[in-house]
Amino acid sequence: MQNKLYIYPQEEIERLKQKAKYIRRLIVQMITKAGSGHPGGSLSATDLITCLYFGKFSSGESIFRHNPKDPHWPDRDRFHLSKGHCCPLWYAVLAECGYFPKEEIYNLRRLGSILQGHPDRRTPGVDVASGSLGQGLSVALGMALAGKIDKKNYRVYVLLGDGEIQEGNIWEAAMAASHYRCDNLTAIVDYNHYQIDGRVDEIMNLEPLTEKWRAFGWYTLEINGHDYEQILNAYNTVVKIKEKPQVIIAHTIKGKGVSFMENVVDFHGRAPTKEEEERALKELE
Amino acid sequence: MPELLYQRDIYGQTLVELGRQDKNIVVLDADLSSSTRTSFFAKEFPERFFNFGVAEQNMMATAAGLASCGKIVFVSTFAMFATGRAWDQVRNTICYNNFNVKIVASHAGITVGPDGSSHQALEDIALMRAIPNMKIVVPCDGPQTKDAVISAYKTEGPFYIRLGRAKFPTIEKKSEFSLGKAQVLREGKDITVIACGLMVYEALKASDALAKENIKVSVINIHTLKPIDEKTIIEFAKRSKGLVICEEHSVIGGLACAVEEVLSKDYPCRIVRIGINNKFGQSGEPEELLREYNLLAQDIELAVKGLL
Repeated sequence: MQNKLYIYPQEEIERLKQKAKYIRRLIVQMITKAGSGHPGGSLSATDLITCLYFGKFSSGESIFRHNPKDPHWPDRDRFHLSKGHCCPLWYAVLAECGYFPKEEIYNLRRLGSILQGHPDRRTPGVDVASGSLGQGLSVALGMALAGKIDKKNYRVYVLLGDGEIQEGNIWEAAMAASHYRCDNLTAIVDYNHYQIDGRVDEIMNLEPLTEKWRAFGWYTLEINGHDYEQILNAYNTVVKIKEKPQVIIAHTIKGKGVSFMENVVDFHGRAPTKEEEERALKELE
Repeated sequence: MPELLYQRDIYGQTLVELGRQDKNIVVLDADLSSSTRTSFFAKEFPERFFNFGVAEQNMMATAAGLASCGKIVFVSTFAMFATGRAWDQVRNTICYNNFNVKIVASHAGITVGPDGSSHQALEDIALMRAIPNMKIVVPCDGPQTKDAVISAYKTEGPFYIRLGRAKFPTIEKKSEFSLGKAQVLREGKDITVIACGLMVYEALKASDALAKENIKVSVINIHTLKPIDEKTIIEFAKRSKGLVICEEHSVIGGLACAVEEVLSKDYPCRIVRIGINNKFGQSGEPEELLREYNLLAQDIELAVKGLL
């Protein structure tokens, strides 16, 4: 972090941590009930997205401007989940915001459910479906360009997976976003260092990652994605950047918050058993 | 000689006209704006035109993002790259979301000519037809290109409009364009020739030649391949002794398949397909290639006689 850190009041950090713990509980519960899904990458990005949706700038204003009662409010900030398989996280956050009744989370992945196995526009609060990796940065770029054309001051946030950015489409979008000076666009890379087949650096190394984004013309920040001071300060910083899109490269732990899931690649895409759910919820009390 | 027009010229001009009426129109291209003629729009509305360079996948997914914010997005490049290179983006991010993205692709078919096989989209209709929500229009000439573009603009949801590279002869005396409604250009009791795009003109030439031998041929222009005009197809299949289906596209997955899907359930009948027979193209002048791949009026005449 190159900028001076704003020190958040301890009770504010505690409020967000409690919120994140609750989101993690919902994630574990809904994936267990569904019997399939992706806990690892949902849990690794929980702190980042909890801070985005529920956190405040140093000014005291909410970071993410939206209205769950009016999901299509034209001036809302946009969030897009490019790593769509981690939708349990997004669904938990949207339910907690009040976009839909919380009981819905237990219909995850069921026939006819508003909560599909990957994000879908039938879910209130979801603007664009995702699931096929590598396309979300382009989607966010389109949203950012629309904001520029209409001279609106909304911001666009997109969450990318680390394995996902092996897709070439991501780098096409990265090139275009800086070419068109989309300073209203922030990408967050959930760098949990694991993908389905193993460690990212062994499957297809991304390093030097920060240098790559910088070379593509982006403002870069590298943080610990579980450190609330760093996360909140990153959001404070990026909104002030002009003429350049910004990327927050957040080092995280896959499965964060549930000890037996942490850094266990098996939990990339497997549901906890009933017994594992109980253990997980005990840890998240 | 009929009037000859570039469909893409008409497309470019129509986009400018629409752009003047509606500030919500945004146009994207991938380094081919001078060929697709989106350059006309770019010149008049630079703030609503985005060139993405040689990066079609990004262009398609970005179009979806723009459409999610209420924009009507026209996206152009060559048919090969619009449908092949970016198919996943078109399927998952444009069509699944049912977004207002109009893909208007030029340089479709074998008449791309000297550039050869890599640039001759012969499977594009098949690729687009398989995707739910997608509507497909293949205009037969310059003026119909304008009708197709305006219709796509006025109709909610994703479109694929297929244009050629070469000049197309204008077909006179067509009925008014209506999305999803086939145009009956000739009526004759013996055989019905169904065609789209450039092949409509060849079908008419064949019909005129056959008339001199007292063979009466109906000619139908299916400009909208999806949704297809089932009623007209069945009606004409019932009143003829057989069908000849002509397209500047692979015989797999294109117009012939679309028509046969209708008839196989409602009125199975004898059909001859005129198209590219499971082959790649090659370099050559458009006329040479049409001859080489048996896509001329004379080939349609032979097919009609074969059915009698």
